[in-house]
Amino acid sequence: MSSTSRLKGRLAIAGLGATPQGKVYDRSHMGFAVDAVRLALLDAGLERSDLDGILLNPGLAWGTAAMGSFMLQQALGLRDVRLSATMNAGGASAGAMIQHAALAINAGLCTTVACVFSDRPLKAPEERTNVHEKGSASSYVFPRGLDAAHGQFGMNAMYAMVARRHMHTYGTTQDHLGAVAVTQRQWATMNPAAQFHDRPITLADYHASRWVVEPFHILDCCLISNGGVAVIVTSAERARALRKPPVYLWGMGQGHPGGDIRETLTSGAALAKATAFPMAGIEPGDVDVAELYDCYTFTVLATLEDYGFCPKGESGPFVNEGHTAPGGSLPVNTGGGQLSSSYMWGMTPIAEAVVQARGEAGPRQVPKHDVVLASGNGGLLSTHTTLILSPLPS
Amino acid sequence: MTTTPKQGAHDTPTKPIPKIEAAMAPFFAAAKKHRLVVQRCTDCGTLRFPARELCSTCLGSTTEWIAVSGRGEIFSYNVMHQVYHPAFADDVPYAVVIVKLAEGPMMTTSLLDCPLERVRIGAAVEVAFEDLSTDVTLPKFRLSGASEQP
Repeated sequence: MSSTSRLKGRLAIAGLGATPQGKVYDRSHMGFAVDAVRLALLDAGLERSDLDGILLNPGLAWGTAAMGSFMLQQALGLRDVRLSATMNAGGASAGAMIQHAALAINAGLCTTVACVFSDRPLKAPEERTNVHEKGSASSYVFPRGLDAAHGQFGMNAMYAMVARRHMHTYGTTQDHLGAVAVTQRQWATMNPAAQFHDRPITLADYHASRWVVEPFHILDCCLISNGGVAVIVTSAERARALRKPPVYLWGMGQGHPGGDIRETLTSGAALAKATAFPMAGIEPGDVDVAELYDCYTFTVLATLEDYGFCPKGESGPFVNEGHTAPGGSLPVNTGGGQLSSSYMWGMTPIAEAVVQARGEAGPRQVPKHDVVLASGNGGLLSTHTTLILSPLPS
Repeated sequence: MTTTPKQGAHDTPTKPIPKIEAAMAPFFAAAKKHRLVVQRCTDCGTLRFPARELCSTCLGSTTEWIAVSGRGEIFSYNVMHQVYHPAFADDVPYAVVIVKLAEGPMMTTSLLDCPLERVRIGAAVEVAFEDLSTDVTLPKFRLSGASEQP
């Protein structure tokens, strides 16, 4: 046994709280965060006084969020917290929070940790100050120096460059990107909480949807959303005494490859899996359900390859053949994901992983859900976290 | 950072002009003279763009700016359709490109006189300069003569 494998089955997710998400304007980023924790406590059957750890991943609406986790503690009225930190590795933060919570609990620093994300990037109509805001994600545009002078704005444009390079290098096609969008929308139609649950799409709809920045149509891009999600991590022993069946943490890992992703086209998943899979005692073929961070359709393709679910460069055909669709060999983003349900940074895949592992997913439940993978990804495929979750202790 | 000049109510919007910060001042000074330069670590010789204070290859802190050939190829590109800044409203759809210079560094930039259908990965390009203001000249690129051969 390696030292890391002693963690397998010792920690669990005991509570999940999710506020309404999307074009929801009735709370601030803080209100969403507090409400998410309240809902997670209810889900777990815990009291506020049971929490002794608070980790926060602040969305853009938090600004620089100096001491954000302390501000959240105060808003929650929490006393005698023994672990507190504000963490940001972009979309990899949610997974990282759960990892840090697990390590701290295992080391005896604390017993029960709320990991929290919230954001409120969308403005209500009456809050908009100019026509360019349109309630959309103006805070994601990042006008920067030379890039802006050349007309390059925001993450869409940066990811588009990498996607185009992947298409050039591996023969990935626009149809392949579209297959990801169509497949995830199929899943979304079975998730009543998904923002586009009532709007199935075809590949023709995909091609007809407006361009944002080629090669991305609007249907390639995640749904920037307001809302909050909280996950409560505790020891497996304690989780077994709580209201919901424990979702055990089997393995975890991180990968932050550095260098120039535009040249390697390889995300941090390749490195993170090398830690997480041996810890969980699994191979890629053992994964029953994969919830993959999907800021863009392209991100799903790169991530599938880097976990080894298909060879490098062959993710397009893999999705096109239906492997990730309902009834496929590897169900992926079973709630519709960030593309069709809601973009809560790394909390979107984790929340759906918990629902699937518990067997609570209703019509979209994957029958065999013993090994559920949730990935997080930040920057330009720059930061990555892996969680391997299971309803079984080992 | 980017500054947008103050406008009157009836002016057409102006494209963002980069603010010249100290670290990149040599780049803009050279561009003004229509020369393309990149930073070179004088400890290990690594070329880099944009500027860094310390070399991420060897952590050395002595640098110089050296002229490069201005030749390279299109490494990747996108085509912007959504208008994120009003001054680009009449330009969409337009390409933004990453140029990999012959010497190695990559630059996010844009093309002069190049119809979208001719933008492709691997196309040879060479630098061309666009004077934005009395202080700021922007290095852009054109398809080089060689790539215009049938």
